[in-house]
Amino acid sequence: MTPTLTIGWHRFRVELKEFFRERESVVFTFSMPMLLMLIFGSVFSGEVAPGLGVTFSQYFLAGMIASGLVYSSFQQLAIAIPTERDNGTLKRIQGTPMPKASYFLGKLGVVLMVYCGQVILLLLIGVVLFDVTLPDTWWQWITFLWVSTLGLTLCTLLGIAFSSLPRSGRSASALVTPVILVLQFTSGVFFVFRDLPHWMQVFASFFPLKWMTQGMRAVFLPGEFASQEPAGVWELPQVAAVLVLWTVVAMVLALTTFRWQRRGDG
Amino acid sequence: MTMVEPAVEVRGLVKTYAGTPAVDGIDLLVMRGECFALLGPNGAGKTTAIEILEGYRAREAGEALVLGHDPGRPTRAWRNRIGIVLQTATDNAELSVHEVVSHFAHYYPAPRDTDQVIDAVGLTDKRSTRTRNLSGGQRRRLDVALGIIGRPELLFLDEPTTGFDPEARRDFWKLIGQLRADGTTILLTTHYLEEAEQLADRVAVIARGQIVAEGTPSALGGRATADAVVSWRTPDGVQTKKTAEPTRLVSELAAQYDGEIPELTIRRASLEDVYLSLVGRQNENVSDANRVGDP
Repeated sequence: MTPTLTIGWHRFRVELKEFFRERESVVFTFSMPMLLMLIFGSVFSGEVAPGLGVTFSQYFLAGMIASGLVYSSFQQLAIAIPTERDNGTLKRIQGTPMPKASYFLGKLGVVLMVYCGQVILLLLIGVVLFDVTLPDTWWQWITFLWVSTLGLTLCTLLGIAFSSLPRSGRSASALVTPVILVLQFTSGVFFVFRDLPHWMQVFASFFPLKWMTQGMRAVFLPGEFASQEPAGVWELPQVAAVLVLWTVVAMVLALTTFRWQRRGDG
Repeated sequence: MTMVEPAVEVRGLVKTYAGTPAVDGIDLLVMRGECFALLGPNGAGKTTAIEILEGYRAREAGEALVLGHDPGRPTRAWRNRIGIVLQTATDNAELSVHEVVSHFAHYYPAPRDTDQVIDAVGLTDKRSTRTRNLSGGQRRRLDVALGIIGRPELLFLDEPTTGFDPEARRDFWKLIGQLRADGTTILLTTHYLEEAEQLADRVAVIARGQIVAEGTPSALGGRATADAVVSWRTPDGVQTKKTAEPTRLVSELAAQYDGEIPELTIRRASLEDVYLSLVGRQNENVSDANRVGDP
């Protein structure tokens, strides 16, 4: 193994230890999506479209799993990295021979772990409490894998890029949370996308969450439901294209804006 | 073959922030195995200077070589050979002392033994304690452990004992003494005179971004050869005389008084006197007259 991978593995192990020792943050990370699932699933219990047998819970599960992509990577990194910039973590490791990529590999490991945990918990609640049915075709699971992979890559890079915006670790969550909420409301997570005003659908189309949510609907809703999409189909090629395009943009942003030191320090 | 390549070689280093020079043309030469102190008041430019040499900040002008390498272009191989102890950090709060030190050991090709390093910094009985529960002094010693775990040839210490009680400071000095005995070159910044005097082979006094004096602590600012002040009581009151030959004056007086010379004192400038006058005079912008022994 190259030093980058070996040290990346050690970073992952240390990050994981720190993650699980901060109890409040562990509880928050895993209970937030579960709570939302419980509340929305209980309040809106009817069918989304008559005759197709899709409950709101089933529809909402797809949106929450897409949101899980954002929570586990974008939200987590956009808050954790400014905090680590503030408390001296980044400056200290910058002064060591640790390969820079190893730091991000360690972060990616935690992101993957958190995402898997959130997905498992959401599916469990969905199946046990809300009679959600799981996908039964192999291509749906393949779609789940590529939407998750592209989504996580993209949102991890965006989180790294976004981490340079907050002035301090403390102001980070105040900056990140509204961005996520607005996108959730307009991208068809909390409401059925078809029912949103046209201008809102157009607005959301510029951002990746709308496409990730649509991709997850293709995974977790029956094929006939595609007729309820504004386009009448799942548009998976478009989903892939938009996510790849955003990945390229996010990569450029992350590479050009990332700072190891506090503003005015370097 | 012995090669006496300097550990740090700096000429005409300049760094400005928003038009104000923080480091204004300093020269430094630190030899291998030496302990060198940059001494100066807060805001004098010590941290800026040392962070340029650590590869954290870009210089605007001047030449710098640290272990024969340009610190403006840090490489992994070069970072393997230096150790850095920064000012306050509160990272790794949830990890234990042993976990942090053994983790950082993975970064280096030939690290020291984790337990030996923890022992050397005196944290053996705290090895399982979470970092967040360490006292300020213990935290600082952990910082040093992380600075030396990679077996550095050159160790940077930025104000290592700020906020220590006197006992913790003595312990810390002992630790630095051990590192020196192992052959580690040390470049430290401090605003404590006593610390520079205790630890450093040579001291450079820095004020307003410039080096205003340099030399061994005992000879700093020409204090080894400066005039001494002799004072004693005469029937007309206390008399004082400034002289380059205090011994001769005292033996003349002894002959005069036939026994004890009443209230005799001989005083040379203390390091503090020299330091304060250097830093003070710098404020009056007559710095160049005070430059001593540029390398």
